[in-house]
Amino acid sequence: MTSVHVTNLTKDYGLRSGLRRSTLRAVDRVSFDLVPRRTVALVGESGSGKSTIAKLLTRMEKPTSGTIDVQLDDRTPVMGSVYQRHVQMVFQDPFASLNPFHSVEHHVARPLRIHRRTHDAASTHARVLEMLERVNLHPAEDMAARRPHELSGGQRQRVAIARALAPGAQVLIADEPVSMLDVSIRLGVLNLLGRLQREDNLAVLYITHDLATARHFSDEILVLYRGRVVERGPSDAVILDPHHDYTRLLAMAAPDPDRVGSVGREGDTAVARDGIDNSVCYDHTLGAWVPIDEAEAAARAATAGGARAGV
Amino acid sequence: MTNIGPDVQVAVEGPGGPVETTAPTDAPEPRPAGTRARPAWRMLLPTMTPWLATGLVLIAGVVLLGVVGPYLVGDPDAISDVGLAPPSAEHWLGTTQTGQDVLAQLAYATRGSLQIGLMVGVLATLLSAFFGIYGAYLGGAADEGFSLLSNVFLVIPGLPLVIVISGFVPRESRGLWTIAVVLALTSWAASARVLRAQTLSVRSRDYVAASRLSGEKPWRVIGVEILPNLLPVLASQFVYAVIAAILGEAGLSFLGLGASNASTLGTMLFYAQNGFALPLGAWWWFVPPGLVIALFGMGLSLVNFSIDEIINPRLKNARTARRRANAARRAARRTEAAR
Repeated sequence: MTSVHVTNLTKDYGLRSGLRRSTLRAVDRVSFDLVPRRTVALVGESGSGKSTIAKLLTRMEKPTSGTIDVQLDDRTPVMGSVYQRHVQMVFQDPFASLNPFHSVEHHVARPLRIHRRTHDAASTHARVLEMLERVNLHPAEDMAARRPHELSGGQRQRVAIARALAPGAQVLIADEPVSMLDVSIRLGVLNLLGRLQREDNLAVLYITHDLATARHFSDEILVLYRGRVVERGPSDAVILDPHHDYTRLLAMAAPDPDRVGSVGREGDTAVARDGIDNSVCYDHTLGAWVPIDEAEAAARAATAGGARAGV
Repeated sequence: MTNIGPDVQVAVEGPGGPVETTAPTDAPEPRPAGTRARPAWRMLLPTMTPWLATGLVLIAGVVLLGVVGPYLVGDPDAISDVGLAPPSAEHWLGTTQTGQDVLAQLAYATRGSLQIGLMVGVLATLLSAFFGIYGAYLGGAADEGFSLLSNVFLVIPGLPLVIVISGFVPRESRGLWTIAVVLALTSWAASARVLRAQTLSVRSRDYVAASRLSGEKPWRVIGVEILPNLLPVLASQFVYAVIAAILGEAGLSFLGLGASNASTLGTMLFYAQNGFALPLGAWWWFVPPGLVIALFGMGLSLVNFSIDEIINPRLKNARTARRRANAARRAARRTEAAR
């Protein structure tokens, strides 16, 4: 089993407008742990740095500072070309993440062959069918021969999940895996992710802007605002007892049938947003406000406390 | 993107509000038993239309003339004493001033022109694919450099440069390959720019990121994930390169700057011009080569229009919509008549 320890992760992007140069800090000193069988949800609005963290974790981008330690149970670090065997990602848009030219079989078979999970055509084919069965694509033989345009959005996302798990990944980063799907099939895909997590002991980072699903499918929630974690803790605590203004705002932004009339006025959020301070973070495990400079130490302390509480 | 058919899930209104059923959500679409998915390459083939059929027939005819023709006709250089004879049973396309058979010359000349067209087409496509696709995939300094290079080649005026180079190379060493290389060097840049733009768009798509994420090597990402999506563009660029090469070579040869060791449609026109075919009214001498060039160019262009439909499906939709409208109009007229 593989776990990930993220420490003080920071990413700056250089901006250039004309001759002036400036930097945009997309992610600022974010620390968290991904351990097997647990799901961490990253919640925040567009531009809050969620997807940047996904890119950093999958090594599509290099962090400006901070470390991402991926290690096995015996603390052997995972480095170099085997990294991708351990950390995989499910993309947001299932219509863009599958190559229209290739069959479903190609998408699942390539990772198997690259990471030498199978060694000949027959065993690869058998393995592909097995993977497709696992993500509820029946009949697998028929599905394997299809190309993406013959599948629905939900089916495509299942193929994408099968592809991510094909190398034997232990850490799965799901970047808004259901936001592009029809509301009626979101639950199916999320339940599938949950089942695979239990079966394979996966560590999952669930990136979303939907607080409701974050609460149901994750153990811990990190609320991200302008690149910084402003509130963190067990999912029920964060959703039911939000402390930070921004978390409250996020919760308010979700339409709630019991609260007719209190939302929907444009400008509400804009006015409220002026006072938001992202230099402190409320940690539910510690039950205290933590300044950003001490965030890393606090996160470690909270994890240790949580682990003790869990045992 | 509107394929929601198989994902319909019924929300049942329960006592405590809507209850989501967990019915099987992804039932496979019905597919007739025994049929399999169409192989990937089928997607790349254009739809058969009257235009495409005409184009293919024209190309097949000219290729047949160039490939099989030379074995069926006599020696194109054999001189006889029947000079400038109009078409007859003995000489189907008449003879030249020195009594050479025009049909025999036409067959050999077509072969020469096809050869040079194919050579330039392949060379120009390879050059444009390398500078366009590889540069765009690498990005950064390599992309900038390759872009600059293709821009420089783009603004070089083609024909004058070809004339200068052809004039510079001594006539005895000016073979078919020299001409082909010169033509290829002046014609790859525009396609490279088109391919670069396409590659930039394809390479930023999620499936390329996903394949890189699963550990694919760069050459596989280019060759297996990106290139197939560029094949229609490449095919269309290739066809245009062939047309341009045949026309360019004909122009050069007509000016007397063509290959010295080869007989092409251009050299045929050159000799017809020098032999005063036009003032003497010997139409059978210059019309056939001109016609072969025109028909072959037309055939390739018609094929290219069909390839364009693959690149831009909107063209195809416009065509099918037109056809449906016509069919509806016919049907309406028929019911009108029946009444």
